[in-house]
Amino acid sequence: MSDEKSDPAKPNIFSEVLSLLSANFSQYFMFIALIVIMLIFTIATDGGFISSRNISNLLNQMGYIAVLAVGMTLIIVIRHIDLSVGYLAGFLGAFAAIAMTSWGLPVYVVIPVVLILGALSGLLTSLPIAKLGVPAFVSTMAAGLIFRGALLLVTMGTGTIIIRDPIFNAIGNGFIPDIPDFGFLDDRHKVTLIIGVIAIIFSIISAIRSRRKKISYNFEVSSPSMFILQMILTSAIIGYVVWLLSGYNGLSWSLVIVLIVVALFTFITTKTPLGRHIYAVGGNPEAAELSGISVARITQLVFAFMGVLSALSGILYASRLQSATTTAGLGFETDAIAAAFVGGVSAAGGVGTIIGSFIGALVMMSLTSGMNLMGIDISIQYIVRGAVLVGAVIVDRATRKGR
Amino acid sequence: MEQPILEMKSITKEFPGVKALDDVTFSVAKGEIHCLVGENGAGKSTLVKVLSGVHPYGTYSGEIFINGEPQKFSGIRDSENAGIAIIYQELALVPELSVYDNIFLGNEITNGLTIDSYETIKQAADILKKVGLDVNPETKVKTLGVGKQQLIEIAKALKKDVKILILDEPTAALNETDSDNLLELIKGLKKQGVTCILISHKLREVLAVADTITVLRDGKTICTLDNREHQVRESTLIRHMVGRSIDNVFPKRKKIEIGEEVLRLENWSAYSPALGRQILKDININVHAGEIVGIAGLMGSGRTELAKSIFGNPDRYHVSGKIFIKGKEQKFRNPHDAIISQLAYVTEDRKGNGLILIQDVKTNITLSNLREITERGIINENEEIVVANNYKESLNIKTPSIEQKVLNLSGGNQQKVSLGKWLFVKPGVMILDEPTRGIDVGAKYEIYTIMNSLVERGMSIIMISSELPEILGMSDRVYVMSGGQIKGELTGEEATQEKIMEIAVEY
Ligand SMILES: Nc1ncnc2c1ncn2[C@@H]1O[C@H](COP(=O)(O)OP(=O)(O)OP(=O)(O)O)[C@@H](O)[C@H]1O
Ligand SMILES: [Mg+2]
Repeated sequence: MSDEKSDPAKPNIFSEVLSLLSANFSQYFMFIALIVIMLIFTIATDGGFISSRNISNLLNQMGYIAVLAVGMTLIIVIRHIDLSVGYLAGFLGAFAAIAMTSWGLPVYVVIPVVLILGALSGLLTSLPIAKLGVPAFVSTMAAGLIFRGALLLVTMGTGTIIIRDPIFNAIGNGFIPDIPDFGFLDDRHKVTLIIGVIAIIFSIISAIRSRRKKISYNFEVSSPSMFILQMILTSAIIGYVVWLLSGYNGLSWSLVIVLIVVALFTFITTKTPLGRHIYAVGGNPEAAELSGISVARITQLVFAFMGVLSALSGILYASRLQSATTTAGLGFETDAIAAAFVGGVSAAGGVGTIIGSFIGALVMMSLTSGMNLMGIDISIQYIVRGAVLVGAVIVDRATRKGR
Repeated sequence: MEQPILEMKSITKEFPGVKALDDVTFSVAKGEIHCLVGENGAGKSTLVKVLSGVHPYGTYSGEIFINGEPQKFSGIRDSENAGIAIIYQELALVPELSVYDNIFLGNEITNGLTIDSYETIKQAADILKKVGLDVNPETKVKTLGVGKQQLIEIAKALKKDVKILILDEPTAALNETDSDNLLELIKGLKKQGVTCILISHKLREVLAVADTITVLRDGKTICTLDNREHQVRESTLIRHMVGRSIDNVFPKRKKIEIGEEVLRLENWSAYSPALGRQILKDININVHAGEIVGIAGLMGSGRTELAKSIFGNPDRYHVSGKIFIKGKEQKFRNPHDAIISQLAYVTEDRKGNGLILIQDVKTNITLSNLREITERGIINENEEIVVANNYKESLNIKTPSIEQKVLNLSGGNQQKVSLGKWLFVKPGVMILDEPTRGIDVGAKYEIYTIMNSLVERGMSIIMISSELPEILGMSDRVYVMSGGQIKGELTGEEATQEKIMEIAVEY
């Protein structure tokens, strides 16, 4: 017998790119879709969409949904759903406002307390689910009702609570400080640029190190030209976004927080045993249990994460509006769930990435922002967003099945 | 020569990275029992999936003829209409539904709008009679044993006008009595003119029922043997299958000292709240280092329940009694505790609760022992690849790469992944539940060899098996279970097929 599987002549870079794309199509699809959507809006608004100001606004606005989408990803991965996150965020935002304005507590006490309360609420919501097998749908819907009642209760006397704490308000509206001008790039935010350069260098170094590591294990790695192409692409994307942001106030605190959350949870899900356990529980709970993983514990933990992120979302939102309102949180859960599904999370469990959901949130936010710029009526906006949601999930399904 | 009822010509089917079928030609004569044999991953299931339209026309190359007519199935419906019925390697019944609902699932008999239960039940009863199954059509499927469930699968297939019945490893999960029943049924169907294609790793049953045997290896047809006079010998078959001869099905083990006691159960009982009855009663067993202890018994005798109740009791039975590990009493709250005490449990149901099918080979192998490849809280993915590749080599797992999803592996190779996963835990006592179910002769030999080398290194193995030859060939000691109790204990020397069966059927 002849061995016909031996390597097909030297692969050229195009075929390598193609095969990489086709093998990971569902992974790249969202990314490509995002770029296409952005291009369309850029053309439709004569470049207004891609202006520094608009991109900066878009990224700052999406914070409270992006962090929820991160948590929701994990929830859906373990085959559950959390319908309570919107009202939890609303309630905790109001709680923070009251703690600062009525009780006069300092912001650096309020924020940790609110985050801890978020964790506890998530944990509490998860108990009937993890211990008694109550469907998450029911348990979290009930929790949502309770949080909503609590929100109305605490805002009953006051109605909208205006927040005056400058530090708290900076979270949703402020930007990182800059160094004074010295005659070079004076129209740009220089610290943002420096951070961008550091990020690029860091990403290149870590990519080279991981490649070296692989080579030292004698594993196959992509061809050098492919590797360089990937490096250039990543650097270009980071560079471009940073350049855009530096043209308008620079990095916002809210974006910094979102990026930290995304990085942290990407790390947890891809690099740690805990991440493996979460995906194992989602992939096959019985097998996970027999593998020594406590499904109940993972469930509680994931809901606690969700709780913390809901609290963070509440803080970001209240801070951005500089107030707590009686309707804060309304519909957040729908946006978060939509972002997760657009980003490739599977309702069947065990599948979905943090980055994917982040991009999903970006897609949904870009739609809103772009259509607002174009002056499209809100009614049409809802219809378009619904269509995009279902379309994205259909494409995702189809490409996965084809494999 | 008469025209064959089925002809498959030059079938080639590729998956990314694997050529599952490579120019396969397969021809079946009308009214015969045609067996398809070959190693795990040889392409047997793929071939019948091509035939039944699971892999539709256009996703493979080659031609299919039924009674000389070319066929282009675009789905299962098409092949069903052409008179083909297939029963898959894994049962596809809905446990919560009744027997009659299952039989007519997707083809419900209605009187206009609603389901006509009377008519359905009547027809279901007729079909059940045809397969020789004596159960009330209204019972829920989940209350029946695997053997009966398998017959229901066949009943389901037979409700339509079937010309070609395909069975993919129907007896893998059955004990001898149930297997015999099923084979008798197939022979009966043959008399009624149904052509049967049977895939099996149990060569003895193949030799007993087959008129013709086709051997596949690495996706190619190796040969087709005429067995109408039962002239084919097992050794010949094995040689064609694995490409070499295997003289002894059970490898020799070095005589080793049986060491000290590593596991003991005292008055172990369990009550299942879900079933509402006692499932284990007063079990006293022990296992020593360097020993293979077989647990024999019929389906439903409580063997798997025993294993699970020991292994951290994930099904939450109410248990009483004591477990001693190396002389110290232990209370396992969950499987994790059991793993910490160096126990491992390789389940009989690899798809249901053994593996995470949507994840790849390497992730499955390392799941239970991530600690070993974690440095400062971070998983060393390179180390993980090394580990997984080691098991791929040593267990001879057939997969294009360890990045392949387990879902895409053949049944036998999934079993090997499951085994690799638990070997990586480096256990002291390994409970193997039907370790060679659905595994080919060559791989069986490999697994037995691995078991031997494990006990030679001082490990202990508890082997639950419904295959008596395996129990007899491998065990140092045999416990026989029946009705949730240990009814007898035999040494390896004393044990014979008859003695075990005698105890197993006792109440
Ligand atoms: N959907 C799939 N995607 C990728 N590879 C597949 C797929 N289905 C089967 N294969 C591969 O095709 C080959 C043949 O598999 P097949 O299931 O036909 O084997 P088999 O002879 O039935 O083995 P077993 O006795 O273990 O059931 C294997 O290498 C398997 O990994
Ligand atoms: Mg098979």
